[in-house]
Amino acid sequence: MNAASPYFGQIINLLAAILLLLSFAMLSQRRILSLIDLFMAQGAVLCASTAVVAYATGQNHLYVSAGITLLLKVMLLPWILHRLIRRLNVKWDVETLINIPTTMLIGIVLVIFAFNLALPISQLAGTITRSTLGIAMAAVLLAFLMMITRSKAVPQVIGFLSMENGLFFAATSATYGMPMVVELGIALDVLVGMVILGVFFFQIREQFDSLDIRHLEQLKDD
Amino acid sequence: MNANLAAGILLQFLELIAALVLAPLLSGWVNQCRALLQNRSAPPLMLPYRQIAKLFEKEVVLAGNASSLFRAAPYIIFACMALASLIVPTLSTDLPFAAAADAIALVGIFALARVFIALAGMDVGTSFGSLGARREMLIGFLAEPALLMVFFTTSLISQSTSLAIIVETLGHREFAIYPSLAFAGVAFTMVSLAENARVPVDNPTTHLELTMIHEAMILEYSGRHLALIEWAASLKLYAYSCIGLALFFPWGIPQGVGIETLLIAMPALLFKLAVGGVILALIETLSAKMRIFRAPEFLGTAFLLAVLAMLVHLLLEAGK
Repeated sequence: MNAASPYFGQIINLLAAILLLLSFAMLSQRRILSLIDLFMAQGAVLCASTAVVAYATGQNHLYVSAGITLLLKVMLLPWILHRLIRRLNVKWDVETLINIPTTMLIGIVLVIFAFNLALPISQLAGTITRSTLGIAMAAVLLAFLMMITRSKAVPQVIGFLSMENGLFFAATSATYGMPMVVELGIALDVLVGMVILGVFFFQIREQFDSLDIRHLEQLKDD
Repeated sequence: MNANLAAGILLQFLELIAALVLAPLLSGWVNQCRALLQNRSAPPLMLPYRQIAKLFEKEVVLAGNASSLFRAAPYIIFACMALASLIVPTLSTDLPFAAAADAIALVGIFALARVFIALAGMDVGTSFGSLGARREMLIGFLAEPALLMVFFTTSLISQSTSLAIIVETLGHREFAIYPSLAFAGVAFTMVSLAENARVPVDNPTTHLELTMIHEAMILEYSGRHLALIEWAASLKLYAYSCIGLALFFPWGIPQGVGIETLLIAMPALLFKLAVGGVILALIETLSAKMRIFRAPEFLGTAFLLAVLAMLVHLLLEAGK
């Protein structure tokens, strides 16, 4: 198993790099529909990397995680999101609070921060995926940044889901995944959270005639 | 030793001739692919040659207030582009001239050509000329750092800034996946689209005053001057394609000197250029022309991707 591992390690590194690339693409994307497609691609990359880690290390339970990822993040959630934005009729451009080049610059700083943070941890770890921990943390931070800089509700939710992708990747790269019960629990949480947020979208829109969550900052009508 | 050097110099000249001959062919091929993809009837493949030949025969018309710089610029630009295509290893990595200029000098040569075409654009004093020149400098100053960062990433991998050594390291080492090259490749593609006045940034076929960049600068040129500039533009496209192929698809560029290696290198180069041309035409067909004020964002993204490539290299690949 270890004889072939340099190639597996390289493939995982490549997938990790693509994950980071997709995170940046999501950060710079203006259109909601493309944002969902990018989220779908991120899920697919995550699924592939989990499957490769499972094959390279012989951890069979990771195949189940990869399967859940495929079902949930590549098929179900994008489908729900597509349905939602069709119902809400919000296909237009997303407005950002900070302009996109500045956001990207902050993103680069976050990546450097995450890489430095992960360096001592990854030196301690003995897993095949240890060097990707920095990328996983960077993906989490970038998704967080996306949630901060977007003012509309739908991109924020996509940022939240993408953050979960990053966390999942971090778990895979640091410890070969969490216990099955935890993973199933998180998957269910994300799904239920998505459904509840979907209901929320309609409530927000009914109340304020818009999905701009800055309206939520006011406590009462003037 | 001496025989080797002579063969190297011969190869170097062969590479120059290949560049001069193939560059208009590449432009013709891209135009043809683009026309076919857009459901238009395709122009003949040899059209750029005929255009250049026709322009060489025509009389040069100069504006009354054109200075000597205006007349010298086409020659300087053409020389810069020919020199650039000499430095890029296309047929062999064992080039005697390659030691004289590395990747950073190559960026400098492109910058020299850009400065002269911008100066020539402003020289006559028409509003279009200075408009195009200003836009060209805007694009140039944003694209250059991104291009340098791409070169730095590949230099970090191969521990040298010489293009020949980079290609040797990447192409002839045992197979390894470099995630940083994926980032650098995307960044390089974006930079070369901008530098060669291709669709998302500039449209090479338009003469609309609101959108044109490259065409605006050369509006005043005619005759053999225009022929040289057109030829230089296709040489630039050829040089950029060859840099891209050399950095990201270096397989098939032989190390040694000899007839038998040429027999492999030449078809490999032609094949890779043909595929690259199809991909370029595809990108141009699929994307819409951006507003000029979106161009800084486009190139800023390219720069950030190139920086990311370096960071990813340091994180994932440096320890090995």
